[in-house]
Amino acid sequence: MRNKYSVFSLIKNALSYHENWQKAWKDPAPKKEYDAVIVGGGGHGLSTAYYLAKKHNMNNIAVVEKGWIGGGNTGRNTTIIRSNYLWDASAGLYDHALKIWEGLSQELNYNVMFSQRGVMNLAHNLQDVRDLKRRTHANRLNGIDAVYLSTEEVKKFCPIINTSPDIRYPVLGGTLQRRAGTARHDAVAWGYARGADAMGVDIIQNCEVKGIKRNGDSVEGIETTKGFIKTKKVGVVAAGHSSVIANMAGLKLPLESKPLQALVSEPVKPIIDTVVMSNAVHAYVSQSDKGELVIGAGTDDYVSYTQKGSHQIVEGTLNAILELYPIFSRMRMLRQWGGIVDICPDASPILSKTSIKGLYFNCGWGTGGFKATPGSGDLFAHTIANDEPHKLNAAFNLNRFVSGDLVDEHGAAAVAH
Amino acid sequence: MFLINCPYCGERDQQEFKAGGEAHIERPKQPTELSDDEWAEYLFMRKNIKGVQFERWNHAHGCRKWFNMVRDTSNDEIKAIYKMGEKPPAQ
Repeated sequence: MRNKYSVFSLIKNALSYHENWQKAWKDPAPKKEYDAVIVGGGGHGLSTAYYLAKKHNMNNIAVVEKGWIGGGNTGRNTTIIRSNYLWDASAGLYDHALKIWEGLSQELNYNVMFSQRGVMNLAHNLQDVRDLKRRTHANRLNGIDAVYLSTEEVKKFCPIINTSPDIRYPVLGGTLQRRAGTARHDAVAWGYARGADAMGVDIIQNCEVKGIKRNGDSVEGIETTKGFIKTKKVGVVAAGHSSVIANMAGLKLPLESKPLQALVSEPVKPIIDTVVMSNAVHAYVSQSDKGELVIGAGTDDYVSYTQKGSHQIVEGTLNAILELYPIFSRMRMLRQWGGIVDICPDASPILSKTSIKGLYFNCGWGTGGFKATPGSGDLFAHTIANDEPHKLNAAFNLNRFVSGDLVDEHGAAAVAH
Repeated sequence: MFLINCPYCGERDQQEFKAGGEAHIERPKQPTELSDDEWAEYLFMRKNIKGVQFERWNHAHGCRKWFNMVRDTSNDEIKAIYKMGEKPPAQ
């Protein structure tokens, strides 16, 4: 039985110097057979397992993870959560996630530190202004909160932004989604892992998938570094390594894996109480609860699995940050890192069945998957359990690259991919 | 970030170049006869290999010529560079 976290458990454990806390999840060896196996123990994979157990009563399932929980892109992103996407299909998908975020800490009994501090997107040229206004209207038609801000209103909402008309890319306006914000990324993975484990899900770390065994057009199991695991359903949630797994099954995906970088500064006192993103100059920044500025850079344009990116990408982002926030000019950067993101041609994800029965893919989230973690897991669990997509992820099928019914969020997604 | 030995200009910094994706994807000879599946394969599906991959690159801020590269995407090590139209080296 899982102990509940509460103020009483905190006091009780304080009396024993916090040495007797129950483990948040077990570390089991894989069983011979499961009803379903999720490949990838990041936020999306763990939330998939959590909702499979919680909503679809599939408790004999496992999550296999090559590394450790929270060590992949879940622990490498800039934690921004928003749902102000242009197209109806995307709005449905991302706002579904945002609604789950709003009650997630209570649901998981784990503080994911979801903070609705707002996300502001800046416009720097006339086309940005038109695009952002259009997106604001589209958002409101879809029931997503969005307002358009003038330059003065941008300055009022975030006073440290340089709104001088003399800078190279002046701020001409912006949009604001107040329900948007940030969450603690590690806590999301840990909370879902703990929740899934409590319902009987086996979370198997340091277990790399080496092959997918097929019998004709159906899945029979997976070969791993911890032996063969028999299962009829495999849900692959492997982010940048999705193509690697797909190739094992003889499939090709419309993905390219590229390094995306982020960096944090030394911690300072509260200076920016929201998230500001700028597509045109590619700079986005927020401040963590520890006080670090969290800065997202862009992707390199070549395929790489190295989890490091090019220096000039960081330099370009910091140039833009400094022009927009001259006050940061003497900040020192503490850490920089990269993650491998799987980018779809239309910058929208794939949550889909495949031509192989029992093989499902949840991938293609590219540079912006963290925000969708709860919704992605919920909808992917539905897809796996019912062998049919939920109506909210029906548009995000693999077949859209054949039919041409793409969900083109490039540029429209308020951030460059 | 790495150095690339452009077959026309010599060794230059990678930021002078533009990556052009997977190489040797043949343009359909009879586009009008292609099925939707074949179009999807040509336009969108990529091997996206972790390991040795054949790619096109363009010296965008240099001679602006295209060439091919064999590169290990797991460590960014360049194995070979050859001009357009030349036979890819055996791997």
